[in-house]
Amino acid sequence: MECLIGMQFDDFVMVAADQTNARSIMVMKSDQDKFCQLSDKLVMAVSGESGDTTQFAEFIARNIQLYKMRNGYELSPTAAANYTRRQLADYLRSRTPYQVNLLLAGFDEESGKPELYMMDYLASMIKTKYAAHGYGGFFTTALMDCHYRSNMTRQQAYNLMIECVKEVQKRLVINLPNFAVLVIDKEGVSRMDTINPTVIANAA
Amino acid sequence: RAITMFSPDGHLFQVEYAQEAVKKGSTAVGVRGKDVVVLGVEKKAVAKLQEDRTVRKICQLDEHVLMAFAGLTADARVLTKQARVECQSHRLTVEDPVTIEYITRYIASLKQRYTQSNGRRPFGISCLITGFDYAETPRLYQTDPSGTYHEWKANAIGRNAKTVREFLEKNYSEDVVQTEALAVKLAIKALLEVVQSGGKNLEVAVMRAGSGYQMLDVSEIERVVKEVDKEKEEEAAAKKKETKSDK
Repeated sequence: MECLIGMQFDDFVMVAADQTNARSIMVMKSDQDKFCQLSDKLVMAVSGESGDTTQFAEFIARNIQLYKMRNGYELSPTAAANYTRRQLADYLRSRTPYQVNLLLAGFDEESGKPELYMMDYLASMIKTKYAAHGYGGFFTTALMDCHYRSNMTRQQAYNLMIECVKEVQKRLVINLPNFAVLVIDKEGVSRMDTINPTVIANAA
Repeated sequence: RAITMFSPDGHLFQVEYAQEAVKKGSTAVGVRGKDVVVLGVEKKAVAKLQEDRTVRKICQLDEHVLMAFAGLTADARVLTKQARVECQSHRLTVEDPVTIEYITRYIASLKQRYTQSNGRRPFGISCLITGFDYAETPRLYQTDPSGTYHEWKANAIGRNAKTVREFLEKNYSEDVVQTEALAVKLAIKALLEVVQSGGKNLEVAVMRAGSGYQMLDVSEIERVVKEVDKEKEEEAAAKKKETKSDK
């Protein structure tokens, strides 16, 4: 039901997550933030079993901060992603697995490149140019296959994100009116305008 | 078989011996300013072939907490490790950064536990824990091997701590630490009472409200040291003039 979309470009990563929190037929909240900032230039978008999502995200975030305190420097996105995957994998074959799907987006200061990782609840991980979780992914992946170019500007990327959201809203039976959008680049994490019906109407 | 048992006259000798170990450690001083906290430590001279790695006696426990210690470095490592985990754990469970009192209490409880456990000796360190509560209130606490802790406006631990503390008692006042520069100067001046004059023998860390800490670099420390030395000279010269004119 939840939809996470991520795209990595030449000098930034853009991630979007829907803002709907629903229990069965009732919408609890339509401005929920599904992002968790792990460190200065690392963000994780989580979806899945409610409760597990917050717990896992905060747990990973605190451990990443502990690493920073202990060692004096932050984990690179690759290291953080592998650490996260390892945690998912370890808990998978325990009595209490985490049922979360996530996108990890970060900017590696050493290499100067943005990175995007996609992980699912079975602890499989891929590093990829663009990815999506949820039923919405079926539609958006196809769109990104068509229109994604690695050298897009932030505005072009944002427009592509709007197109993805429009498609999800057109074809998915569940209503997902709002999508929050974050950009991670060498300056850090910044928030773009939340994609909501007004923004979509203006973009058209 | 507990090593720490009471003596006939009510002392815990192991704890007192641990305090002796602290007195052998290099000096550390802490000053609480109006909106800044300063930690200064005496940098021990390193062997010729040893790499000079800075920042060993001042440890960062969390974004807003700094700790300096005096005594057995290895013991400090263990405490720092546990304190760092506790800082993050606190944030995870209550979504709030630790207050300086909380983390001091945690470290002190840890130390106390080791004075009352089987087969364990007390930690041979005293700590100066400093930082800001909720990014606004500066705090300075001191713990010692017995596990007691107190809040201070300014304090010193380690070798010659008594001398430094007496200096601070004479010279500390709310006015003297109004600005960051003044607080830093007081800390350095206090340390220079017992440490050989020179920027390379001191390490100074400054933490400002809500913005992390900064280690002052050698040139900056040298500058303040020169200022302090000059003032001392001028004072001495003025005194000489007075006694001369008396005659």
